[in-house]
Amino acid sequence: MPESQMVLEIRNLVKSYGERLILNGISLDIHEAEVLVVIGPSGCGKSTLLRCLNGLEPINSGDIYLDGGLITGPDTDWCEIRQKIGMVFQSYELFPHLTVIDNILLGPTKVQKRKRADVIPEANNWLERVGLLDRADAYPRQLSGGQKQRVAIVRALTMQPKVMLFDEVTASLDPEMVREVLDVMLELATQGLTMVIVTHEMGFARAVADKVIFMDKGVIVESAGPEEFFDHPQSERAKRFLNIFEFTGIHRVAAG
Amino acid sequence: MLDSVHNALFAGENFRRLMEGLGLTLWISFLSVVLSIALGIPAGLLMSSKNKFLRGFFRLYLEFIRVMPILVLLFFFYYTLSRYSAINLSPFFVSVMVFTMWGVAEMADLVRAAVTSIPAHQRESGRALGLSELQINFLIILPQAIRRLLPGVINLTTRMIKTTPFVFFINMVDLFKVGQQIVEVSGMRDRMASVWVYGFIFILFFVICYPISLFSRYLENKYQSA
Ligand SMILES: Nc1ncnc2c1ncn2[C@@H]1O[C@H](COP(=O)(O)OP(=O)(O)OP(=O)(O)O)[C@@H](O)[C@H]1O
Ligand SMILES: [Mg+2]
Repeated sequence: MPESQMVLEIRNLVKSYGERLILNGISLDIHEAEVLVVIGPSGCGKSTLLRCLNGLEPINSGDIYLDGGLITGPDTDWCEIRQKIGMVFQSYELFPHLTVIDNILLGPTKVQKRKRADVIPEANNWLERVGLLDRADAYPRQLSGGQKQRVAIVRALTMQPKVMLFDEVTASLDPEMVREVLDVMLELATQGLTMVIVTHEMGFARAVADKVIFMDKGVIVESAGPEEFFDHPQSERAKRFLNIFEFTGIHRVAAG
Repeated sequence: MLDSVHNALFAGENFRRLMEGLGLTLWISFLSVVLSIALGIPAGLLMSSKNKFLRGFFRLYLEFIRVMPILVLLFFFYYTLSRYSAINLSPFFVSVMVFTMWGVAEMADLVRAAVTSIPAHQRESGRALGLSELQINFLIILPQAIRRLLPGVINLTTRMIKTTPFVFFINMVDLFKVGQQIVEVSGMRDRMASVWVYGFIFILFFVICYPISLFSRYLENKYQSA
């Protein structure tokens, strides 16, 4: 296996809310162009893990390195780091008072101080690729949930991040809109974007992942390639968790 | 009848005096509204802050102002204060002060409601893009808060304008007082005078407040869907 560059390196990450330990010593490497899928039962700390990676939550102990540089030191400039770590959330999070294009341009022009005219072609290019070029001047309220999430993805991408974090971006979408958003993410994966994806869509996870980690109660229980993990989970906890999604599988075996 | 209208509104100095009264009414309202907005915004931001003590203090102040009739406050600061202490405030000063005390409380509560109604994930999304807290406040929170604030502020403005006639009771010669003086004089000769004078005042208030209230409804519709 060729030695690829490490983008994120997480060492012994510990995070608690008050007395409650949420992440209990997470260590993890994410290489350039790698797609890491994080799955696990509700409340196991997946969102918390992502939020710690871009400093939205302070951590108790442990180290995080971005491109080899420590970003959990006392004098980290998170505004600087967050430009390199894009994040898309579960809830629609576009700014309602700005049009699609202004939502996208806000970060590049205000944070990175790039010229509007320089960013617009890039923004339009992304919009075209997610099929929303004609909605550039629409307001978020005029868009469907799926369209909003695609814009949110474009907004993060236009910052030209080193790595993208996706936290259950399809979880609050109507079923018929899930696909269009997952397709965008699949395309990004094939183009070599480094991504960390939290999802409950198991079919998608299997298709997009280079590596799957299964978390439970704040620790990584299993870490494996997608085929290995989904076909031969090692731990009882992973087996039980995957069983929740197994209805159709059992059916097909019985019928065929 | 035209004669009677003419006498009541335009005889002698009547019209000029009515306009002067209107001017004073509007001037008191204007000063109070401007002061209320200027002081209410920082007060509202403090009210939405995390500091429990500050929040509690403003809450208490707001509740106090809300249950206290404006008239009682006017009387207290004008009559009571000068009778039982050395403090002697002019009726104009007392008027603006009391209306501002009320306006600040209401304005602060409007600001608090507007700011806290903006979902927390708006701030988070801004952070995730690398925006500084200052940029988030000015580019994301404030523009949205102002839209939600406008209808309430306009509503408060009309409420303050139409409450100003209370200054009549502390001897301010406002629109209402002028009207009453005219009625007292002309009313001897013409019993209809009071209808014309108060009718005219009614129309004046309507002409001033109704467009403001329409404007507020327009804004409400415009921003509701955002
Ligand atoms: N701000 C907070 N304060 C206190 N506890 C919190 C906070 N945010 C999350 N938690 C708790 O931390 C635990 C982990 O939450 P987290 O959101 O990371 O779970 P998750 O794995 O993303 O779950 P889900 O699949 O439901 O999104 C949960 O038990 C949650 O109640
Ligand atoms: Mg979550």
